[in-house]
Amino acid sequence: MDIEWYIVLSALLFTVGFIGVLVRRNPVVVLLCLELMLSAGALSLLAFSRMLGNQDGQVFVLIVLVVAACEVVVGLGLVVAMYRRRLPLDVDEMKELKG
Amino acid sequence: MEEVAFFIGAIGALGAAAAVVALKNPFYSVLALVIHLVFLAGIFLLLMAQFLAASLIVVYAGAVMVLYVFVAAYVGGIEEPKWDASPELRVIGPIMAVALFVAISIAVLGSGLAALGTPGPDDIPAGFGTPEAIGHLMMEDFLIAFEAASLLLLVAAVAAIVLAGRRRGDKGSGTEQRKVLVKADEQANAQVAGNGEGA
Amino acid sequence: MTATWAWLVLLFPLLGSLTIGLTFKALPDRTAGLIGVAAIVAAFVCGVLALIGLQGEPSESRHVASSLWEYANVGGLKIDLGIYVDPLSIFMVLVVTGVSSLIHIYSYSYMKSDQGYHRFFSYLNFFVFSMLVLVLAGNFVMLIVGWALVGFASYALISYWYRRNTATKAGMKAFVINVIGDIGLYIAAILIFKNLGSVDYGTVFEKAPEVFSTNQWEIVAICLCLLVGAFAKSAQMPFHTWLADAMEGPTPVSSLIHAATMVTAGVYLIARCHTLFELAPTAADVAAFVGLATLLIAGTIALAVTDLKRIIAYSTMSQIGYMFVGVGIGAYSAGMFHLMTHAFFKALLFMAAGSIISAMANMQDIDKMKGFRKAMPFTAATLIIGALALSGFPGMSGWFSKDEIIDFAHFRRGMYDWMWVGMLIGALMTAIYSFRIIFRILPGPACEEAQYLIDKGHVIHGEPKNPATNEVEDTEVGYPGEEHHIAEQAGGMKFAMAILAFLSIVAGVLQIPGVDEVVTKFLEPTFENSVFAHMHPSTGEAWLGLTEGGLISIAGIAIAWLLYIKRPDLPGKFRQRFSAIHTLCVNKWYGDELVDFLVTNPVKAVGRFCNRVFERFAIDGATAGVAGLTRSAGAAVRDIQSGMLRGYALLMLFGILAIAVYFLIRSL
Repeated sequence: MDIEWYIVLSALLFTVGFIGVLVRRNPVVVLLCLELMLSAGALSLLAFSRMLGNQDGQVFVLIVLVVAACEVVVGLGLVVAMYRRRLPLDVDEMKELKG
Repeated sequence: MEEVAFFIGAIGALGAAAAVVALKNPFYSVLALVIHLVFLAGIFLLLMAQFLAASLIVVYAGAVMVLYVFVAAYVGGIEEPKWDASPELRVIGPIMAVALFVAISIAVLGSGLAALGTPGPDDIPAGFGTPEAIGHLMMEDFLIAFEAASLLLLVAAVAAIVLAGRRRGDKGSGTEQRKVLVKADEQANAQVAGNGEGA
Repeated sequence: MTATWAWLVLLFPLLGSLTIGLTFKALPDRTAGLIGVAAIVAAFVCGVLALIGLQGEPSESRHVASSLWEYANVGGLKIDLGIYVDPLSIFMVLVVTGVSSLIHIYSYSYMKSDQGYHRFFSYLNFFVFSMLVLVLAGNFVMLIVGWALVGFASYALISYWYRRNTATKAGMKAFVINVIGDIGLYIAAILIFKNLGSVDYGTVFEKAPEVFSTNQWEIVAICLCLLVGAFAKSAQMPFHTWLADAMEGPTPVSSLIHAATMVTAGVYLIARCHTLFELAPTAADVAAFVGLATLLIAGTIALAVTDLKRIIAYSTMSQIGYMFVGVGIGAYSAGMFHLMTHAFFKALLFMAAGSIISAMANMQDIDKMKGFRKAMPFTAATLIIGALALSGFPGMSGWFSKDEIIDFAHFRRGMYDWMWVGMLIGALMTAIYSFRIIFRILPGPACEEAQYLIDKGHVIHGEPKNPATNEVEDTEVGYPGEEHHIAEQAGGMKFAMAILAFLSIVAGVLQIPGVDEVVTKFLEPTFENSVFAHMHPSTGEAWLGLTEGGLISIAGIAIAWLLYIKRPDLPGKFRQRFSAIHTLCVNKWYGDELVDFLVTNPVKAVGRFCNRVFERFAIDGATAGVAGLTRSAGAAVRDIQSGMLRGYALLMLFGILAIAVYFLIRSL
């Protein structure tokens, strides 16, 4: 398979993830969509790593996975905290940033 | 053979991704993401990233998704309310995202990188993507990044404990000051909830 | 080794100031005072050791330049954090640290009841440090640093009683006038760098004679700018108005800063830059003539005013005028010698005055003082010694130093003979006004306060009030404390005054014409390349001059005796007869009013004009315009900040898309 197929697949996955972030309002699902976008990024890194025959890209992916795990931990921690405080689990309701 | 494997993986991963976005119940979304990750791991194997494919399954589809399942179960399968604060986002968002996809595709297909049109070089070193090779890289060339990542994990773990830690109800160790804080907390919550209803 | 000692001279006062300043809550008052005294005494000891080290060198290499590190090195301008140690700077170091030590000891007792004891000693140590930076500086930039720091220290100490309106005003006045002088110095330093390519003393003084011809306009401009700095710092005409007001500060401050050390910085500056001034004889003459004018005018004012501290302040101006004449006409060692003896007897006079003023419950008017001879015998004795030295009574230190300057003017002939005559008149006035103080304060029936002191054995406690305005005051911090001590009852004050009295009497033996001339010989390495180095009156001429001076001094004292003891009605008659002159003198020759008319009011008018035109329209308009622009721009984009997380994500998507499209279009 040519590398460009992988890149296009990665772009598609990223787009799907982004659409999810934009249309879904449940914070858990938003986080899941972020995971999708991150894994799409990881996929393109791997594809380029294969293209160049260089394994450094694989290490990058590993680091991306670590960062994704951190993001999950903090994000889910926030979700739990929101639930504990009986806040509505809806990203549209969190409007404290309104200018 | 490779093409068949790729298309199976690609269709599976895309379909599962679409399911993550489309399913109403977050619980099902999590399960769809697990399926997505399994297919993605297959694609990783095609790109000769055995170690990453394995860690994706073990760490991601295994550990992280369990976390998601727990949280989804904890907060309950809350369906999204019908009412949308900004319905136009449902239209503009996907259009813009697709536009981004088009832009990326044009960039990829139109780029002068000749290597993009090939499956990658054949003379890759033996053991490309094996745990041994990645381990060497990580412990030798990327040691600092590796340590930084571990530190980041530690910080995130502490942050999660602080964020989600128990605030109310632990009367056993509560001091006066803490009670006052909790009270203030509750008042603030009530106010926020009131505002939410008002909106 | 010499350089190390010189650096230590600088270190101790700085450490003392910081220690006292930073521990003002932690240490008891007495400890702070002791630290202050110890720091200055240590500096004095290091100064003596540096002197010994310097004297060990052969006379032609008796100067050391030392640098701690590079202060700046930009565009060919290389400035070291450096000091320059030679006989002149060591001479100043010894005078400054010596007199400062004694004044610190005096203040230790004198300020005891004051609430800001720590602050006082911290400032005082800081002043000594700044003054030492000034005299030890190795280049013009360090000189300016020291110059500005003493200006600040002087400001802080004049306004030391910061809740007294008059004191803070006087501090500001002194500071502003000093800053004018600072600007003169900056310009001079810039001109020096422009013409000579360096600000280092060594290089500048070496290159100046090669670069400039005599009286070339650049060198005259440099020297005149230096003189602006010197005049402002040393309270010479027309920058003299601040010094009298500076007497608002505590008496030890007047004694240390506004009599003995800081105000003589201008004299030091001219002596230090004598190479430049000899290349610009016009500027040197300006210095001498301004000195002459100041000494005459200040003398007449001192004859008329009745505020004890202000009389001594005008006398200081007048004596510094002598020094300016001295260094202006080339009598450098005489000028420096007079600086030293003046530091002794003027510090002594102020100390004695401080003692009397505290006995008068802070009243300063000599019309109200009487009969202190019996009430305060020790203070009276020191006051007489100081006055004798000031008026140049034969045998006293002032006799040798002042008359050496006067004599040198006569020796140079020509127009300098006019100066000689002027200075002799000045000397007569000096003797009269110094004994005016003595004859009006000491003899006669004791006044109320003096009688109280005799009867009860302690100082009368008047209602605390501002001596200048008679406003009633507090004794809290920011005002003078309960009482100030008098010398008779405080060992430290007595000790300091006794030493100064001794020095005022005997310091003259350092410079007996034809006998030893220690000061001249000591300073010779500094002034050896001067054109006046080997020009001095013969021993016979010198003694002739001393005799004249002695006779004039005795005559002056006799006149004072006639006016104030024998025929006390005469001054009143004079006052009536020459009321115009008296008014002129009492009003300080309208110096303040002249400055107001020529400088302050025009500047104020320009300020008002700018306020009305620029401030209102340009500045306010611009500010309002910018604010309005920001506000409307904010209103325009405000809706984007919806607080909607997904909205932000969409905006981000827009951004990414825009960047992607931009690069795509560019790559076409």
